[in-house]
Parts: sequence; structure tokens; C-alpha cells
Amino acid sequence: MASLEVRRSPPRSRRELEVRSPRRDRYSVLLPTYNERENLPLIVWLLVKSFSESGINYEIIIIDDGSPDGTRDVAEQLQKIYGSDRILLKPREKKLGLGTAYIHGMKHATGNYIIIMDADLSHHPKFIPEFIRKQKEGNFDIVSGTRYKGNGGVYGWDLKRKIISRGANFLTQILLRPGASDLTGSFRLYRKEVLEKLIEKCVSKGYVFQMEMIVRARQLNYTIGEVPISFVDRVYGESKLGGNEIVSFLKGLLTLFATT
Amino acid sequence: MMKLVQWLWGLAILGSTWAALTTGTLGLELPLSCQEVLWPLPAYLLVSIGCYALATVGYRVATFHDCEDATRELQSQIQEARADLALRGLRF
Repeated sequence: MASLEVRRSPPRSRRELEVRSPRRDRYSVLLPTYNERENLPLIVWLLVKSFSESGINYEIIIIDDGSPDGTRDVAEQLQKIYGSDRILLKPREKKLGLGTAYIHGMKHATGNYIIIMDADLSHHPKFIPEFIRKQKEGNFDIVSGTRYKGNGGVYGWDLKRKIISRGANFLTQILLRPGASDLTGSFRLYRKEVLEKLIEKCVSKGYVFQMEMIVRARQLNYTIGEVPISFVDRVYGESKLGGNEIVSFLKGLLTLFATT
Repeated sequence: MMKLVQWLWGLAILGSTWAALTTGTLGLELPLSCQEVLWPLPAYLLVSIGCYALATVGYRVATFHDCEDATRELQSQIQEARADLALRGLRF
């Protein structure tokens, strides 16, 4: 009878939802490293500082590819200092690709958001709270750090490097119309399931891989937000941008142009 | 094949329109002034696009932000980090 049905308690699944507390956001930082013995403690210290100051729930996953300089030893010390709930070590035997490093790291990530960045101090963790704020603001699937918009920029590049960078970016914008201003950047925040999906679909290597991620994200209709970042290039003096890299960039760009 | 195909389509449409108009295959009697402009139009467009590209890239290079303050901040934080980590027992 109708009156009896109204007084019946709500279905069990709904009761469970009401009783369960809202899931707190946790951010996993993936740090692939190779010969970063000097920089690793510094980047971890800066990450811990930024996260603690903003009260963000985090973990840092260090994926070391068998560095011969003792990076792994330093990583173990950092784990002792900061705790194994904050620092996870997932090393690999030898230098494998960046994409596989992300996959390897994500298998053990307990966060629902993933942050990828460089471990050589070119990316500053102080921007991460801004990424998070931006993500919440627009409910974006991806937030990408950009060196080319707003007050984003670079330190340590000479005129030649700047011309190459802007020229390459211009070509990329014309050919791919990607809807993001910095395609080769690797300082980004992803929803975990979005990153998993994109890595599955991407086939390129190196920084063309970073470009392909954004292009595929657009194909799959993921939303992308941008935050201006400053990029401090401390290695440019040692490793100049060679002809080889420019050629491989162009090859990658043309491949993406023809296949996406 | 999307982007490449889009470009090829765009070029094919523009190219065939231009060719049709200049060779008079459509049977249109365009005034001589129009024909004079239409004939070298692709060359003009190519040069204009080239100039636009150079100007845009030039402007962007000139306004490329040099993050002096970011570097200074990083340097001082590196000092701070090394001191703090040494205190916590890190052997560099």
C-alpha cells in the first residue's frame, strides 16, 4: 500500500553514500629522475614547503632510472626524513622512456590528481597551488603551465634560443591549432584517469610526447586550463639546442599534423 | 589525417576558385582591374603571410619575459634548502 512504501527507509546504497565522508583530494607528483643527485633534495624540499604552506594533501613519487650518480641513495635519505607516506620510491633498472616512467609511477599513485614536472629545478613548485586553484575554478581536466602567456617566461635563454622557441611554437600553433599556448611544456596537472587515458593513446617520445598529450586531449574533448609559469633553465649553457633536436621536433610536428 | 586533410581541402578550394576565375572557365567577364589583381594574388598572399609570421615571431621574441626575479628567488631558496636539509640529517 502507498503509505507503507513512503515510510520505508531509503535504499542501502543511498544510505552508504550519505554516511561516507566526502573524498579528500590528494595530489601525486611524479618525478622521473636521471642523475639528479644534486637537485633532487632541493626539489623535494621546495615541494614539501609549497604543499605544507597551502595545506594540500600530497605525495611525491620518485622514479629513478638507475642513475649512476647515487640519486637513489639521496632519494632513500629523503624518504627517511619526510616519511614513506609522503615520499614513494619506485625506481627502475635502467633509463627507459618518460611515458613508461609515468605509467610506472601512476600504478602506485594514491592521489586522484597527478602533477608532472621536471626534477632539475626548472619548474618551481610554488606554481602548483595555482594549478590546483585554476583546476577547481574551471573544473579542468588538465592544467598546463605556459611560458608564453601572461607573465610566464624563461630565464637563461639567449636570443637564438628564444627565436627557435617562439618560431617553433608559432609553427605548432598554425599547424595544430591546439588550444594551448605551450605545447612542449612538461609542467602540468592532470586528473589521474585523464592521464592514464592519454598515455595509452600517445605514441611519440621525448617532448613530442608532451605535445601529443595536449593534441590528443583536445581530440578527446578534455578541457585544458593554463597558468603562466617561470622556467629557469640552468642547463642551457651546458646542453645547447642542437640541430638533431630541431629535426626531431619538426618530424614529430609533421607526424602529429598528418595523423591527428 | 584531420589537420593535414583540412589544409589540403582549404588549399584545393582556394586554388580551384582562383584558377577558375583567372582562366575564365566560368565564363565570367571580370573588369580588367579585377583580373590584374587576381592573377598575382597567390604570390601577394604568400608574401603577406611570410611578413605576418616574421612580425609575430619577432614581436613575441622581443616581449619574451626574462624571469630575473624567479632566478634570484630560486638561488636564495636553494641556500635555505641546503641548510635545512643538512639540519635534518641529509648527507649531500
